[in-house]
Amino acid sequence: MTEQRSQRTPAGSPGERPSSREPVAEGPISEQTADEADRPEKGGGGLASGASGPVRPGDRIFRYLTTGAGVFVVALIGLIGVFLVVQAIPALNANQVSFLFSREWSTGDTGDLRFGILDLLLVTVATSLVALVIAMPVSLGIALFLTQYAPRSLARPFAYVIDLLAAVPSIIFGLWGLLVLAPTMEPFSVWLNETFSWIPIFAIGNIAPNIRGSIFTAGVVLAVMLLPIITSLTREVFERTPTPQVEGALALGATRWEVIRMTVLPFGKAGYVGASMLGLGRALGETIALTVILLIPSGGFDGSIFDGGATFASKIASDASEFNDPTSAGAYIAAGLVLFVLTFVVNFFARAVIGDKKGDR
Amino acid sequence: MSIALTDTDRPATPPAFQHVSTKRKAKNGLATVLVWLAFAVAVVPLVWVLYTVVVKGIKRVVYTNWWTEDFSLVLSDEVGGGVLHAIMGTLLQGLVCAVIAVPLGMLVAIYLVEYGSRSKLAKTTTFMVDILSGVPSIVAALFIYALCITTLGMPRNGIAVSLALVLLMIPVVVRSSEEMLRIVPDDLREASYALGVPKWKTIAKVVLPTALSGIISGIMMALARVMGETAPLLVLVGYSSYVNLDMFKGEMGSLPLLMNTERVTNTMADGSVGADRIWGAALTLVIIIALINLAATAISRLVAPKKK
Repeated sequence: MTEQRSQRTPAGSPGERPSSREPVAEGPISEQTADEADRPEKGGGGLASGASGPVRPGDRIFRYLTTGAGVFVVALIGLIGVFLVVQAIPALNANQVSFLFSREWSTGDTGDLRFGILDLLLVTVATSLVALVIAMPVSLGIALFLTQYAPRSLARPFAYVIDLLAAVPSIIFGLWGLLVLAPTMEPFSVWLNETFSWIPIFAIGNIAPNIRGSIFTAGVVLAVMLLPIITSLTREVFERTPTPQVEGALALGATRWEVIRMTVLPFGKAGYVGASMLGLGRALGETIALTVILLIPSGGFDGSIFDGGATFASKIASDASEFNDPTSAGAYIAAGLVLFVLTFVVNFFARAVIGDKKGDR
Repeated sequence: MSIALTDTDRPATPPAFQHVSTKRKAKNGLATVLVWLAFAVAVVPLVWVLYTVVVKGIKRVVYTNWWTEDFSLVLSDEVGGGVLHAIMGTLLQGLVCAVIAVPLGMLVAIYLVEYGSRSKLAKTTTFMVDILSGVPSIVAALFIYALCITTLGMPRNGIAVSLALVLLMIPVVVRSSEEMLRIVPDDLREASYALGVPKWKTIAKVVLPTALSGIISGIMMALARVMGETAPLLVLVGYSSYVNLDMFKGEMGSLPLLMNTERVTNTMADGSVGADRIWGAALTLVIIIALINLAATAISRLVAPKKK
């Protein structure tokens, strides 16, 4: 695939050697004028120039447009960062407490802004971890099921069913989680809470006796939302397990599980880890489902999954109607900036991990 | 080739193939059960969610006035009215978003596939598209808030929502279009070049039509996805209980926003007016998303390149 693409030339001139295309495609497009790149290269003297004469305006416009769109997307990420930083600075300057280490959040009085993200960060990480702990093994199972166990003819429809999970709007998941799942799950939550309350993370929560609006409920719902994300990428990587390896293992008499353990899992491990990190990125930023479910306690986060709380995203969403002053809105934008940086870093590493695996297609 | 072995021909040595030990068999069986279970675990919530939405939502959705009226004349605890305003808002915001995001996303995809192959900029673009697809919707909303509302002084309005949705839609459009453009065989392009057709015309008249069916279905699915977004709505527009088609002025209802507003301001107890409205709107949203997905399949079949 990739080899073929590099051979494609603007005018498709047969006289050009594929290799002579490379510098043209690489160098000038980004910085210099775009028509430079459309011109047949210096040494090539290709058929293109002879046949078509000067570069056609249509070609030039098209190249400008598409390259411009590419540059725009690159610039967009930068713009997001810049705008968030610029808008957050006034609020950060006016902040009376430590932004990173305070648990306070009061932005009503612009003369006395007090906001810190410690609680938001902890709750965000806690919900994401609960979700990942549940979603990771299940997704691995589903990916294995779809690639190794499901009957061939059913694998595609089954995969489609899993993808349908991603099509359900998150507010519906949130409402279902709070109004349907949480009551159903309550006996189990209570049992878990009471039996293991001597372990700090299962301790009685700060919203007790309510247990429905807890980080635990939120994490379970979030896990459901992560399943399609983690599964689809993991499945893609598992499908690329080299057939000779699988056949070799089978020829040695391995059972199906042994084939998976010896070929599929080692091959797909990086992809699975990367996919899970993408899921983590998604979990960190999930907004409305958590806004609906999480109950905001009067106290701070105590480290139990039966606590309530607010994540970055749910805090911003639930207070969004109170953005009337640029400075107090700046406090939320500062929180949003931290979330942006967090997801950026997680996605960056996820892509780096997956990128390795996708390269050897 | 093979000669049937009679009993006397059989070698005296035991067979080389040894039976799978019970332990290995058990492990294999356990793995099989677990893997099937994992799949079942994923199907349960899907079915459960859809069942809940249908059962709880059907009560109001079956009435005609649900689809033809708005909530402007009914009290918050009064049965009646409909979600026309929210449907209009959702469709309008989605449409405006698509009008901006689709051309942009397709241009980026064309750049990546046709022009940028392996250049530094193309690599950076691909990477940034990946990052953009990971940007949480609330961050996209805050960016548009910082850009349009605090910096440019716009009021909260429908267009701001559409712009935020554009950020979320672009990466999906780029990804799916790129994938579709890449599977267009190079022979087609080369044949076109050989006839002296300029590159841009080759892309516009040969490559795009070939890939169109896949691109369209990708776009429609992306659209269905962004229409269910709630976070940008909370930050960027107020809720109106009447039909407002002005993207630049005033509050604007939409299905997710309606659900959230009823959630915050009304009761959610089973059977209450608030709950009926929330689940009715949820069912409406699911129906719209399902219809768009169906339309995507239908259109992509319609425009698929004819095979002889």
